[in-house]
Amino acid sequence: MNELERPRTRAQRLTIIYGILCFALILVVGQLWLLTATMNAFLAGNGAIALPGLAASAACLLLNLGLYRYLR
Amino acid sequence: MAVDPRLDSPEREGLTGAAPAEGYQTLREPEDVTRAPDGTPEDRQPPWRRDFPIDWPADQYVARRDFGRFLVLTSGAFVAGQAWIAAQHLVRAKRPAPARQRIAAPDDVPIGSAIVFTYPGPNDRCLLIRTDERTFLAYSQLCTHLSCAVIPVVAEGVLKCPCHEGFFDLYTGRNIAGPPPRPLPRIQLETAADGIYATGVVESST
Repeated sequence: MNELERPRTRAQRLTIIYGILCFALILVVGQLWLLTATMNAFLAGNGAIALPGLAASAACLLLNLGLYRYLR
Repeated sequence: MAVDPRLDSPEREGLTGAAPAEGYQTLREPEDVTRAPDGTPEDRQPPWRRDFPIDWPADQYVARRDFGRFLVLTSGAFVAGQAWIAAQHLVRAKRPAPARQRIAAPDDVPIGSAIVFTYPGPNDRCLLIRTDERTFLAYSQLCTHLSCAVIPVVAEGVLKCPCHEGFFDLYTGRNIAGPPPRPLPRIQLETAADGIYATGVVESST
């Protein structure tokens, strides 16, 4: 059997899942900061960053969905 | 003595490296083996646990995947929030500028005092403050922290929010102390012969 085809053990899968969860958590915390900063700027009358903020947050969501594919 | 040519004959086992088939079977990972929380063998477990076994490693494995789903859901909720802000921004950009509105005659506001008026909407309460003979200032009355009504203290040169001890500079509207995160929105004024007019709202982040 090829080395690459060997099924991963649960311990190996857990390591991968921990890595994925860490990435996802960092992205979600970044999105929280982005939402707070965007809301503060919007309430201060500066709505110019609303659309770039939406694009950045959507990019984080796409990354999270991509990582989530490996968790299913 | 004739040697049996078959590779798996008992005599040739050691010479050819042939080994029992079970010798190459993959060993089960210790974590893959279902075990009870107290670590004792299955035959010594109470009947109810034998009837309803729980694979704790597998259970925790699924819980981590559930946490991953929760993170993705939270991420989607944040994007929805950003989309709401962007939609509000587009709505606000298309809204017409507030109309010019008469507030009061200069004599209606004694020096060192203030009056309340609404601008630009009927529910947007604002303060018109007179600090000396010719100086009028106007701000939104809603504190930028949690929208309590601010109180002008002309003698001290501040606007005070009594809810959480927030302070704003009377002459600039800047947040100078306490929890308010932004300056008060400033109402642009125009003095005419027949009174003082509000002509616009200026919001700033610093």
